[in-house]
Amino acid sequence: MPNASIPNPPPEGASGPAIRVAELRKTFRVPVRGEGLRAAAASLVRRETRDVDAVAGVSFEIAPGEVVGFLGPNGAGKTTTLKMLAGLLHPTGGEATVLGHVPSRRESALLRRITMVMGNRNQLQWDLPALDSFELMRAIYRLPRDEFRRTRDEFVELLEVGDLVRKPVRNLSLGERMKMEIIGALLHQPTVLFLDEPTIGLDVTMQKRIRTFVAEYNRRTGATVLLTSHYMADVQALCKRVVVIHHGRILFDGALAALAADFGATKTISVSLRDGSADLSAYGEVIGEDEGRISLRVPRAAAAETTTLLLRNLPVVDLTIEDPPIEDVIEQVFAGASSLPSAEAVDPAS
Amino acid sequence: MSAAAADARALLDVYLTAIRIAIAEQFQYRVANYFYMIGMIVEPVIYLVVWSTIAAQQGGDVGGYTAGRFAAYYIVWTLVRNMNIIFTPYGWEWRIRDGELSGMLLRPLHPIHWDLGYFAGWKFVVIVLWLPLAAVLALIFRPELAPTVLDVIVFAIAIWGAYLIRSVLYWLLGMISFWTTRVGPLFEIIFTAELLLSGRLVPLGLMPEWVQTIADFLPFQWTFGFPIEALVGGLPPDRLLGGLAMQALWITIGAVAIRLVWPIAVRRYSAVGN
Repeated sequence: MPNASIPNPPPEGASGPAIRVAELRKTFRVPVRGEGLRAAAASLVRRETRDVDAVAGVSFEIAPGEVVGFLGPNGAGKTTTLKMLAGLLHPTGGEATVLGHVPSRRESALLRRITMVMGNRNQLQWDLPALDSFELMRAIYRLPRDEFRRTRDEFVELLEVGDLVRKPVRNLSLGERMKMEIIGALLHQPTVLFLDEPTIGLDVTMQKRIRTFVAEYNRRTGATVLLTSHYMADVQALCKRVVVIHHGRILFDGALAALAADFGATKTISVSLRDGSADLSAYGEVIGEDEGRISLRVPRAAAAETTTLLLRNLPVVDLTIEDPPIEDVIEQVFAGASSLPSAEAVDPAS
Repeated sequence: MSAAAADARALLDVYLTAIRIAIAEQFQYRVANYFYMIGMIVEPVIYLVVWSTIAAQQGGDVGGYTAGRFAAYYIVWTLVRNMNIIFTPYGWEWRIRDGELSGMLLRPLHPIHWDLGYFAGWKFVVIVLWLPLAAVLALIFRPELAPTVLDVIVFAIAIWGAYLIRSVLYWLLGMISFWTTRVGPLFEIIFTAELLLSGRLVPLGLMPEWVQTIADFLPFQWTFGFPIEALVGGLPPDRLLGGLAMQALWITIGAVAIRLVWPIAVRRYSAVGN
């Protein structure tokens, strides 16, 4: 990693948050019309529009060096928020600062210190080797040649792309191209990274390689990272903190571990019995059985009581209580509280 | 080094890099480029054959243009036409829809610099490819061409001036895409006006007086007719230098307009889905 032996200077505004967002809003005005030819003809005369609140007043702060997962279903407002923070979109209301700058002013001093990687977009010269695009980045970001070469070569080594940088981008696989995108986006060693689905469509090995690289970049440079991803493995590997957004509003902002505690409506109780298998459906929803170990899903509030009942009524040799997988928790967050199961434990022995 | 000098040097570095990238890209498609160039000379050859035939039928010239002068006009036309290739205003629709603009906006560089540098690099390849084609056309059509040193110097400047005028004005036009999604029909109207009032279809000197008067108030003739006439028209020095001044004026108008409109346009950028 570049300048690994040299301590990084503290980022501008290091005393405050690297990113500060207060009641940020973005409303898009979109045309609407009914179906059919008549509606199409009517729209020629009078065009109807409606306002869509893509981001409806979100507030959060991110400290320098923090890696935060920004989670939400499609259309939740994640990318719109990221684009406002990167200076691509002008907010409808509210405030945002990144490294002390207002992103919508698009000052060079800010643009030189941030980057945004969009997993489904290609910013490299399609017909040329990635090396040529890297050279363009060097010129645009005014990087001293020695420093540029050192950074480039270290990134190439870390991401194990070797001679691929000499192949035309059009001949690279999706994963290889993504690695080149990330190298190109980080050559100027930005202080703030906005990563929008950086591993989308990649195989597991490639995802892991990119996760490791981002973690290493953060560790060595102290960069602030705001990451959106539908792959929870990305979030679990990189983010201690997550911000969950839905319908343009923040539902949760806190430690990833606390997300399950706050929103996990259920617990998973895994139990092994001395005499092997048994029907435990009366205690909760049986979600799996593997080599005599039965897994039950029970309402979170009933977990303790169910455990007591299991221990009292059955010859238990081993029992564990776990939070559900984070994917399930996120799903529950988005689904809302209406789907929560009943929180009463049932004693089949009574 | 002062800050301004450092900025200028850094910008020059960007331009040289963009030029190198454009040349490298064009070298990837050598055969396609030759077919492109051959396609590009079809239009002037048609004009040339038509006007040469009319000149022959009218006793040797049309409005002072002999067959040899027409040949010179339309052979130089082929180079000027290629120098006029810029980032098309139609490209803005795609650039916005496809998300390319988002990537450009993330960089601490006004996107016009990339377009200017890239398409300038493209010209160097075109000029090299043009030379043998021009030689073949000259052998076939026998142009009358006897420029002075000043004519050649002014022409060399004017073809880049034409490139800059077209670049800034069509960049400005393309920015309408920030306000409305489909702007193709508007571009067609502008391109038709340019065809008639620039000297591309017919040398402006052959157009009616009132058409020439209209053309005087528009930028088109400085992108096409003027560079050609500078080399083949035997213009006096005051008209040569006056033409360069007019080019500088239109470049300035376009650049100032871009500077004023661009921040407003970017505020309207929605980048939805990209």
